[in-house]
Amino acid sequence: MAGLAKVFGSGAMTNSIMEIENNDLLFVIGSNTTEAHPIIGLWMKKAVRKGAKLIVADPRKINLVKFSHLWLRQKPGTDVALLNGIAHVILKEGLEDKDFIHKWTEGFEEWKRSVEEYSPERVEGITGVPKDDIIKAARLYGTAEKAGIYYTMGITQHSHGTDNVFSIANLALLTGNLGKESAGVNPLRGQNNVQGSTDMGCISDSYPGYQKVMIPSVREKFEEEWGASLSDRPGLSTVEMTEAALEGRLKALYVMGENPVLSDPHMAHTVESLKSLELLVVQDIFLTETTELAHVVLPAASFAEKNGTFTNTERRVQRVRKAVNPPGDAREDLWIISAISERIGYTMGYDHPEEIFREIGRIWPALAGMDYRRLEPNGLQWPCPTKDHPGTPYLFRGGFPRGNGIFTSVEYKPSGETPDKEYPFLLTTGRILFRYHTGTMSARSKALQSVAPEAHVEINNEDAVKLGIKEGQKVKVKSRRGTISLKAKVTERSPKGVLFIPIHFNHASANTLTNDLLDPHSKTPEFKVCAVRIEV
Amino acid sequence: MVKLRIDGIDIEALEGMAILEAARLKGIDIPALCYHPKLSPYGGCRLCIVEIKGMPRPVTACTTTVSEGMEVRTTSPYIERLRKTNLDLLLSDHPYDCMVCQKAGECDLQDLAYQYGIREPRFKGERRIYTKRDGNPFIERDMEKCILCGKCVRICDEVQGVSAIDFAYRGLKTKVCPPFERDLDCEFCGQCVMVCPTGSLVGKNWIGKGRARNVGEVNTTCPYCGVGCSLTLHIKDNKIIRVSSKEDSVVNEGMLCAKGRFGYDFVASPDRLKTPLIKRNGRFEPVSWDEALDYISKRLKEIKEKYGPDAIGGLSSARCTNEENYLFQKFMRAAVGTNNIDHCARH
Amino acid sequence: MEKILLRNIENPRSADIKEYIKNGGYKDLLLALKMQPGEIIEEVKRSGLRGRGGSGFPTGLKWEVALRDPKSPKYLICNADEGEPGTFKDRLIMEKNPHLLIEGMIIAGYAIKAEYGYIYLRGEYPYVKKILSRTIKEAYDKGYLGEDIMGRGVKFHIKLYQGAGAYICGEETALIESIEGKRGQPRIKPPFPASTGVWGMPSVVNNVETLSNIPYIIEIGATAYLKIGTPECPGPKLYCVSGHVKRPGVYELPMGTTLREIIYTHAGGVRDGKRLKAVIPGGISTPILPPQNIDCTMDFVNMPRYGSALGSGAIIVMDETVCLLKVCERALRFFAHESCGKCTPCRIGTKRMLETIQRILRGAERDEDIESLLELGSVMDAASFCPLGQTAPNLVISTINHFREEFESHIKEGRCPS
Repeated sequence: MAGLAKVFGSGAMTNSIMEIENNDLLFVIGSNTTEAHPIIGLWMKKAVRKGAKLIVADPRKINLVKFSHLWLRQKPGTDVALLNGIAHVILKEGLEDKDFIHKWTEGFEEWKRSVEEYSPERVEGITGVPKDDIIKAARLYGTAEKAGIYYTMGITQHSHGTDNVFSIANLALLTGNLGKESAGVNPLRGQNNVQGSTDMGCISDSYPGYQKVMIPSVREKFEEEWGASLSDRPGLSTVEMTEAALEGRLKALYVMGENPVLSDPHMAHTVESLKSLELLVVQDIFLTETTELAHVVLPAASFAEKNGTFTNTERRVQRVRKAVNPPGDAREDLWIISAISERIGYTMGYDHPEEIFREIGRIWPALAGMDYRRLEPNGLQWPCPTKDHPGTPYLFRGGFPRGNGIFTSVEYKPSGETPDKEYPFLLTTGRILFRYHTGTMSARSKALQSVAPEAHVEINNEDAVKLGIKEGQKVKVKSRRGTISLKAKVTERSPKGVLFIPIHFNHASANTLTNDLLDPHSKTPEFKVCAVRIEV
Repeated sequence: MVKLRIDGIDIEALEGMAILEAARLKGIDIPALCYHPKLSPYGGCRLCIVEIKGMPRPVTACTTTVSEGMEVRTTSPYIERLRKTNLDLLLSDHPYDCMVCQKAGECDLQDLAYQYGIREPRFKGERRIYTKRDGNPFIERDMEKCILCGKCVRICDEVQGVSAIDFAYRGLKTKVCPPFERDLDCEFCGQCVMVCPTGSLVGKNWIGKGRARNVGEVNTTCPYCGVGCSLTLHIKDNKIIRVSSKEDSVVNEGMLCAKGRFGYDFVASPDRLKTPLIKRNGRFEPVSWDEALDYISKRLKEIKEKYGPDAIGGLSSARCTNEENYLFQKFMRAAVGTNNIDHCARH
Repeated sequence: MEKILLRNIENPRSADIKEYIKNGGYKDLLLALKMQPGEIIEEVKRSGLRGRGGSGFPTGLKWEVALRDPKSPKYLICNADEGEPGTFKDRLIMEKNPHLLIEGMIIAGYAIKAEYGYIYLRGEYPYVKKILSRTIKEAYDKGYLGEDIMGRGVKFHIKLYQGAGAYICGEETALIESIEGKRGQPRIKPPFPASTGVWGMPSVVNNVETLSNIPYIIEIGATAYLKIGTPECPGPKLYCVSGHVKRPGVYELPMGTTLREIIYTHAGGVRDGKRLKAVIPGGISTPILPPQNIDCTMDFVNMPRYGSALGSGAIIVMDETVCLLKVCERALRFFAHESCGKCTPCRIGTKRMLETIQRILRGAERDEDIESLLELGSVMDAASFCPLGQTAPNLVISTINHFREEFESHIKEGRCPS
């Protein structure tokens, strides 16, 4: 999201889920929507039925390809080249929105020069996408009245993920597909409350509402609200904390509802790091690979056992309601945090989650107009600054928070680790429909478990024949960081030279293999591309 | 807009609207089992027949669009007689097992039988008997209860885009099934379950856990992906016995995926953590909250004193609520005194 | 009357294109191609030709709707799914005079500006498929079909499509679903095929016999054509006579010939000196007639006045030895078997009617059985989705109306009076 924030001054889905069906064109890149966001997938299919054109850019033949008008099968990690190539054609054919560019953007001329090199011929060489298809995509996107781009981790989980996001934003700025209904840039959030946890300031450089910790006036405001003096030192991101623990700079880690052993790249590294801590506290609803390493484990309440709010991918704040009591002595996270805080000398004193929600509204204007009553029945989308504000279905109507949108020149850079003689395959990772994240919840659903009981590695038919690998055969996949063994799934979904492993399984964790190289801006690891070899 | 008159009431309806939809605008309810607003009209159940002035035979209100000056009668002794006999025919090919049916109390067919006072069918005869059970883990498919409204077939094709099922055979033997009558193998979204008017399609893990009576409903938000679908949890005896979704929810309009609809049993899993644990000599031992909290706060204070607040870090969760996330970062920043706070949104 | 549809069929090689051309075949096509499409439609409209499949819809009107529809491509579909029990007239045309049909189709296609035609052939006619395949090939070879017909710059192609043996696919929208590769179930009407047919495009669906009338209309003109038959239903008609007559078969006679004339003059009357008991005049979906009604004129307009319908012109003659309940039972078995299953009244109603009659025949009848049959019949007629279900009870209901005593004696005395 760092990329979008830089371009527009705000980083979130610019449109609403309910606007999807009215798109004229959907450009889905790096998102296996029907499996990772099934209901958004439905709205996309509805748009297509209503006459919208669909472009899918994905190395794998995902389900959405069946509904698409154009499928661009780029090599993993070459999105910048592809997107620059599309921009190049749009400019060459004069399909850009000159009025919008003039009125609402800056940096156009400089950026324009930066895409001159990306002729369809050259881009075909880098991405493997036929040049005619690049031209077709440019014409479809460039001529659509209301074009929406949708992406997820296939764009962001790269060492150049922020560059990918910049190139997407450039396309939208170039064609004026922003600030209106059913046209925009839409990162789809992977987990139920990713949007909310970021909004709430669970990021090292920002207080709630993306207010920067390094700005003194901001810090003073929070010091006053919270009645405490706050640190003026920048904090560490997840992967940086792992490093700091290994180097002995970080001694204690408090983990609430996370399973970094499985969800972080380069698993052996993460385990080693957590083991070196003096105190690891993990609060969760189940024992996980991470609790195993903990000194203290605290039993928490599940979503059905507490009150509060989640913020979905379209910035909609919705109620979560307590339906059952937590089992045994498990407690709500709010109670646990308050109790520890009290014991180390900072009393919080809330009786009900709504008091916290009201406090958030006081310090972040985007939520100021919301209260639990107003969230009935379908929630509200931020920004919602006043009690009579209806919420904001799409962003940037009549301008960007930072004034103008900026064109950002980005050059194609190969991924951090590409296939070579020793590790000839490119591994990419992702989700499957019947599983979710690290599986703490979905694996405990009997029915879900029975239809997707174990990990597999997708391998292209031709590669499988060459290596003598058969469907269902147990194989070993090795990278420079580790080895896992799992069953092979022989398919044409994955292209030649590319393997795919779902992220959800602890018995064969894809993150044993992945590369922990970070994007320099967003600090996101390069989950989507690393070099591996496969052995029978 | 088109002006028409239904049962003597003047109605303005949009062009292209079905009579049934226009009637519902004014609260005139016409019985219908195969109509669904999301789906293409079908006209199979024939219960929504109405009379139109100037037309020789009754027409179905779900397939006939409104026209200017149309005069519609939705009820008359003649129409009611046709409906009742038609309903009678449906019931004559339906098992009489409401007493054990999961759907009792919220079954459209049962409601209509009640409304028309049909205790047992007048036209008895051969009934479809199917003994084979579908082995899929999610959806119980009892085709003896199927009234062939085709809503499942249409939603699977028109909304989900999967087309996992269709009609097979013909006449009385007509049956909805997957290809070659194999077990259902699909995305298991359960959209078919949502639209099924009878007990033909129900969640396998609902069965025997409780029916409409004495079950509480709590509206909440799905804990899985970032779409944020509205869920309704059906609660009995402090247990979630079913998950559904309201069709008027804006994000998902009642539609869910396999995880949202059927993946709730983790909440009541026996593996749930039920007590705080402290590791002693390499093994976890259950302890009281006081003991656990005292231990944590003592160690945190020691570490902060010895190494400074930046030796402490916190990882928050995208699965926790806004309030919890807010409180967690506030704890790290205001109570511990560090900005070492992050969550997995970066990934 | 001179034979028009069955011209030259005594010639054993009548299906051969050379014989057809020798007898003046494909001359009318050339005449037609020299006319404007609108002129042809005007001529067909003036001729008063009505669809011979059973509904009697004016052919020219249907063509006009399709021609005027802005969508294209347009399609011409020949309904050769001759499934109504008792009907075997289209088969005879396709077997003995197939080029007449092809010529009619090309003219029709030209008139509605369709470049593609389908023949949807009944699944039970595999030998006809062989003949038609050869016929189509001959027409291509001679340049009557293809990209440039007779050098006139007109394009028309015909694809032969065979059904899989479903009566319902004779219903035009179910036929279209079948061509599209879907399950044979009728579609909601409107929209009608003439505006939204196969692949969503304007499609004219005409019966074999209807299309076979076209060349002759072009040849002699509407004015002359109008002299055949009755003013309301002009033209020749093929009557299929089966059952207890001396000479069963297909008779080409002017539309409006009386049933009595067909049975007694042409088919030789009831065989073996037996007494006439009843006649089904237009296939088993039309109501039965008692002997006193056989002076009816067999056309679309007059038959309803006698409580029946022309249907496909399939006349089934029954003598005094026939048990009409058994006839009803056999007909209902057919309908219950052929119901597509889409709508309730037809799917379950046909079955319940059948079961009721079987019960009466078994002697396990109940007093209310006749009332039950009438009630089922009225619901099926009024509330079924398509004509299959609407007309399926016709035979039973009309038999009760005309021969109630036969039902009653089955019920009360447990025996058949005949």
